[in-house]
Amino acid sequence: MNAMADVKVIKTAAETALADTYALARERLPGNGAVAAQRAAAFDVFAREGLPHRRVEEWKYTDLRALMRDAKPLATPPDAAAKARAHTAGALIGDVECRRLVFVDGAFVPELSDTAALEAGLTVGSLADALSDNDAAVVGKIGRLAPASDVAVALNTALMGDGAVIRIGAGSTTERPLHLIFVASAKPAATFVRSLVVVEQGARAMLIESHEGPAGSEYQVNAALELFVGDGAHVDHVKIIGEGADALHVSTLAAAIGGKARFNAFTFTTGGAVVRNQLFLRFDGEETVAGIRGASLIKGKQHVDTTVVATHIARGCQSRELFKTVLDDEAHGIFQGRIIVRPGAQQTDAKMMTRALLLSDRAEADNKPELEIFADDVQCGHGATAGALDEELKFYLMARGIPAAEAEALLVEAFLGEAVEGIEHAGLREALMEQVAAWLAARGK
Amino acid sequence: MSLLEIKNLHVEIDGKEILKGLDLVVEPGQVHAIMGPNGSGKSTLAYVLAGKAGYEPTAGEVLLDGKNLFDMEPDERAAAGMFLAFQYPLEIPGVATMTFLRTALNAQRKKRGESELSTPEFLKKVREVAGKLGINQEMLRRAVNVGFSGGEKKRNEILQMALFEPRLAVLDETDSGLDIDALKIVSDGVNRLRAPTRSAIVITHYQRLLNYIVPDVVHVLSRGRIVKTGGKDLALELEARGYAEYQQEEAAA
Repeated sequence: MNAMADVKVIKTAAETALADTYALARERLPGNGAVAAQRAAAFDVFAREGLPHRRVEEWKYTDLRALMRDAKPLATPPDAAAKARAHTAGALIGDVECRRLVFVDGAFVPELSDTAALEAGLTVGSLADALSDNDAAVVGKIGRLAPASDVAVALNTALMGDGAVIRIGAGSTTERPLHLIFVASAKPAATFVRSLVVVEQGARAMLIESHEGPAGSEYQVNAALELFVGDGAHVDHVKIIGEGADALHVSTLAAAIGGKARFNAFTFTTGGAVVRNQLFLRFDGEETVAGIRGASLIKGKQHVDTTVVATHIARGCQSRELFKTVLDDEAHGIFQGRIIVRPGAQQTDAKMMTRALLLSDRAEADNKPELEIFADDVQCGHGATAGALDEELKFYLMARGIPAAEAEALLVEAFLGEAVEGIEHAGLREALMEQVAAWLAARGK
Repeated sequence: MSLLEIKNLHVEIDGKEILKGLDLVVEPGQVHAIMGPNGSGKSTLAYVLAGKAGYEPTAGEVLLDGKNLFDMEPDERAAAGMFLAFQYPLEIPGVATMTFLRTALNAQRKKRGESELSTPEFLKKVREVAGKLGINQEMLRRAVNVGFSGGEKKRNEILQMALFEPRLAVLDETDSGLDIDALKIVSDGVNRLRAPTRSAIVITHYQRLLNYIVPDVVHVLSRGRIVKTGGKDLALELEARGYAEYQQEEAAA
């Protein structure tokens, strides 16, 4: 018998279902022509590679082929009840005053969104509309930043339904943060949202992206956002992953950052059964300063993978990464950070630090730092720590009258505080620390 | 009723007996000094009173105001009036000193069934106490003990003591590493707190601190037991003659 005959790619149920989903949906997904061709090419990547698994180095710790038992059908447009429930969505950020853009089950809901009286230079729209209208400015940019070879991105491109399209014109400032609220209803469905944000030269914008949904529903989210940051612009991007306890969440931020810009990215994760948070950041212009941070609080059997690829192309940029994870029960946290310094990126100053605080001896924290440096005049470094709560500190606090649970909470808040302090918006910092306090309070029960 | 009664206290650490039948009675209003050579069990006594994990008694009992200390967690002991000034106060990055002080004070008050202090009430009290002790307000704006000098850390311990107004303050070698000015601040803090209802145990290797905090009773601790008790003159005697005779006595026994 020919050995070759035995080599057969066995598709998982999820892979088969995703292929079926694409076959069924391709005719009615928004856009045609170039967009349809882009979808087809992206689907081919998936068809060839299948779902990422542990032998794919970038997905080593998050074996989607094993973790995704099935692929849910594409979400249908939200009904009135789902929209009504979404009225209160976005509470994860407390009472921070924002311009809300609400997406329910992946579809933009204008009546829940605040698109009136836009500041000069600000335009806001839906991706579905832009693709349907064959808006050249949008079509030309989609897929320019998100890596086409990444299967999660490829699936998003093949199946993207809706998302936000935002432009902040040169020199403009948004008065309030823009809050993209992605809320899932109870139906166990899949959404593929894709957003495009262009912040032009010298503009100032704060972007909050939050993801939430009910516990008890095994819904699946694949979200991607491509972000263009112009020269001299100042952009903050804060992503809050507060998905329901049974959700699968894969999201990608792909950004290209111009020169002399200020860029801050922050991810705050408490929700989801399986989370993969990817950041692909490219420093295209000189002398930009970037802070890339995150805080995660995970428990039960939660699996949260943060993967950051920072590519320095232009000279003289500074990037600082700081990711903190608190793990309880049997939670599994992963941090993969890669810093790439291209030959032209002399005087790059890139540092990466990740710290895990394990509240349970059954929790697991993995860390994989990688430096690929092709320039000789750079300062790059990485560090990682993982450990339990300091019992000496806890005793000191208790000896002053602070009960055990409260002492632990103080220490956890202090641990995460170092990362959260990197958020420039004071109200948002407070709101996230309240989320931390709520998580800790729930832990005590 | 005695404020503190230690009866036949035995403590093992990692299987080794450190305290071997210690007895001590402290009456309200008294200041006791416990002196002794290194390794005699002084710090072990301090930790076992505060309730540090790993410092559990194998025999004996300790009563604070008649209540069994070993039935209480460290935070409950603090609320009951126990205060340990640490020999090596810990740095707690990310925890603001004011947050720490307010959380601790209110946790103690709550446990005692007293009303919690509002933020303005608390601020007033801290400023008052810090002012009396000559403690720089700037110190209060930092994270707990982070970037503090050795002297500042000890002063912060005394500030906490003054703020919590404990029934029993145990000072574990609070004088170690202090210059004369810091020593005066620390002593002043302890002396201000002296009252007929409060007591203190001052653990020290040297007599120097006792020039400033004059004890009512002085004990010599050696090899896990109190081997001699006397008045304040005993401290001077020890300063002059050293601990050698007590260590020899113990070795001969």
